Amino acid sequence: MGYSQEGMATTESKNTAGTVPQSAGQQGFVYWPLIAGWLVPGAGHFLLRKWGRGALLAASIVGMFAAGVAMQGQLHTSAHDMLDVLGMVGDLGSGMLYVVARLGGWGAEQVQTTTADYGTRFIVVAGLLNVIAAVDAHNLRTGRKS
Amino acid sequence: MTYFPAVLLFALFASTVFAITQRDTPRRMIRYGIYCFVLFVGAAIVVSWLMFLIAR
Repeated sequence: MGYSQEGMATTESKNTAGTVPQSAGQQGFVYWPLIAGWLVPGAGHFLLRKWGRGALLAASIVGMFAAGVAMQGQLHTSAHDMLDVLGMVGDLGSGMLYVVARLGGWGAEQVQTTTADYGTRFIVVAGLLNVIAAVDAHNLRTGRKS
Repeated sequence: MTYFPAVLLFALFASTVFAITQRDTPRRMIRYGIYCFVLFVGAAIVVSWLMFLIAR
């Protein structure tokens, strides 16, 4: 693929010497944005006062999760085989969304339609996107990304 | 919800997250988001046509 990686948010693009730039706010527990971002979509960016990015991430992740539930997607509740384990790991990436959905009894017990199968994928991908967003918040906190 | 709106919705949400997390500046985010969205939707259309032709 001929797409240029120029401008990608990598450590190398920030500093050619290979060292992570140190910002003034390096003190304290640097994993709060990661944990908060995992538990509540967008919260990691809100902690870092990146309001716009956080709001867009929250809207996208919650929207995808909600769309999955609305399509009668299935929340993985057991880990009987490897596919179930992978699905559950993806679902758990949504953090509190998964817990709330489990407590609320949302989603279907069994996938019976093609749309419900899509909904199940939406829920899993929402969790995976949330993990990406939480790691991005951590990178912002540590100074790897601006 | 029918299948194509589901594709559009998926592409929109995924592209938004990719753009924000993989690029630094707002201008690059917008460009990368549009790039990802077009690739998502385009790939879905191309693969759909391929499956249609294979199944005939």
